[in-house]
Amino acid sequence: MWDWIKIVALGVVGLLAALAANWARDIPYMVHMLIVLAVVAVVFIRTVRQMGDERLVDTGYNDGVVRAGVIATVFWGIAGFLVGTFIAFQLAFPGLNWEFTQGAGNFSRLRPLHTSAVIFAFGGNALIATSFYVVQRTSAARLWGGNAAWFVFWGYQLFIVLAATGYLMGVTQSREYAEPEWYVDLWLTIVWVVYLGVFMGTLLKRKEPHIYVANWFFLSFIVTVALLHVVNNLAIPVSVWGSRSVSLFSGVQDAMTQWWYGHNAVGFFLTAGFLGMMYYFVPKQANKPVFSYKLSIIHFWALIFIYIWAGPHHLHYTALPDWASTLGMVFSIVLWMPSWGGMINGLMTLSGAWDKIRTDPIIRMMVISIGFYGMSTFEGPMMSIRAVNSLSHYTDWTIGHVHSGALGWNGMITFGALYFLTPKLWGRERLYSLSLVNWHFWLATIGIVLYAASMWVTGIMEGLMWRETDDQGFLVNAFADTVDAKFPMYVVRGTGGILYLTGALIMAYNLWMTAFGKQRTAAAPAVAPAE
Amino acid sequence: MDTYSLLRQIADSWVMLFLLIFFIGTWFWAFRPGSRPIHDDAAQVPFRHEDAPAEDGDDSHAPEGQK
Repeated sequence: MWDWIKIVALGVVGLLAALAANWARDIPYMVHMLIVLAVVAVVFIRTVRQMGDERLVDTGYNDGVVRAGVIATVFWGIAGFLVGTFIAFQLAFPGLNWEFTQGAGNFSRLRPLHTSAVIFAFGGNALIATSFYVVQRTSAARLWGGNAAWFVFWGYQLFIVLAATGYLMGVTQSREYAEPEWYVDLWLTIVWVVYLGVFMGTLLKRKEPHIYVANWFFLSFIVTVALLHVVNNLAIPVSVWGSRSVSLFSGVQDAMTQWWYGHNAVGFFLTAGFLGMMYYFVPKQANKPVFSYKLSIIHFWALIFIYIWAGPHHLHYTALPDWASTLGMVFSIVLWMPSWGGMINGLMTLSGAWDKIRTDPIIRMMVISIGFYGMSTFEGPMMSIRAVNSLSHYTDWTIGHVHSGALGWNGMITFGALYFLTPKLWGRERLYSLSLVNWHFWLATIGIVLYAASMWVTGIMEGLMWRETDDQGFLVNAFADTVDAKFPMYVVRGTGGILYLTGALIMAYNLWMTAFGKQRTAAAPAVAPAE
Repeated sequence: MDTYSLLRQIADSWVMLFLLIFFIGTWFWAFRPGSRPIHDDAAQVPFRHEDAPAEDGDDSHAPEGQK
């Protein structure tokens, strides 16, 4: 019966997609509907062929979807880092905005491709995969909903493909980190609700009495992102057969909604979700329970209570009322405390096992990740102070801050989790090579240092150049002067990107060999146990 | 009173009070007497059921009263 419903539904969706492609008012919309049509056709044929097959009742954990998530995380990660490195060099050498790509390869199109690829494709797949892995282990129950988890995985990949191809064709609703247009937003909403269902369903049938703290963080990430996504994307399509839409908000309300979304995307996607990873994988890799469970409870509640108010600090000195931007600034500074509480909790989990930092490169990766978490959660509140913001806003300092958090905290904790997961998921005794992990660690770390340091220098420099006035009160520098002065720092930033990308490629090779059961025999002496 | 002012007044008073009490309540909840063994047990959760889900009959960690 269920198969029949699925076939009818797929037929209807396929018909609608074909009609939409035929009546499309713009080319990108037509391309997207043809992609949808192709996907529906493949799923349709698969469903028909498998009809009436005897299904084995699955027991044990559903790890297939986690394996797929690990592969997708590595793939999109490398794609996102590659685009990021390329656009870094486009800023240094504008000639790389090639004429023959006819706009599709320009910085303005590739930049949202990069941000969405690293945040939503790399980070999102990492979060979905690890949350599915962690919620099963800590609930002692198989994922709820059977193949719904696979729907979440493939549905999310379709969202990524539609978003990415849309950016290249110039489809954007111009909202930071929420560029996809209305029909892609609707699709993501459906996928996300199923994701929530799978996660909640697994929690509800758990065999452990307590919901482990990592799941609290994952759950807050899923629920809040759903809320943020729906409100921020409230829009009316110009036509159901076209890709354009008009936002329901306007003016300063629109700006506030965007940064309420934007900052909480950082707070709940890139922080709460990844803290869920930290609270599971750091204790597992260190083989010690979390330093203080009570602190983790307070960390959770303080973080979610305070983060949600911090958005207005993106709108200092704008039409936003002063009270609102002051509120955002105060909450951003208060936020420093739960952030550092979490950092201390993560780091102190290693107390009594500090030698592991020397002997275990995966632990080292997790520790530096938590270190970057602490550093960027200090830098952020500082930059939210109005006086500091008047210097830092619109400069590359902001980009440096974002990348020390994204490359350092999100990237490194994800790499640590991937190194932990791959041998477990493919049933291997250990990784292919620990010395390659070491190489990855140092390449990534030096890459981040080059990136962050060059952006601090160039950001503060251009901030000071913009505000510099002569004794008559006239501005000294033209905008182009600051662009010219930034050139060497742009080259250093791009070089940092190459190092980070190289590290990720080494990781991909290492994980590939691990999955196929290879082990490098000549283990480096540096990784011998310290006993 | 227009909707904005009404909502604004409710948000400024009762809702803010509720949020504050709830937030401070979480601290008391975390440090409530008798929570130590529960938290010690919860911190061990990642080290159980590594490879397979709990059996249906296995309720050694099921909540009190559900055994």
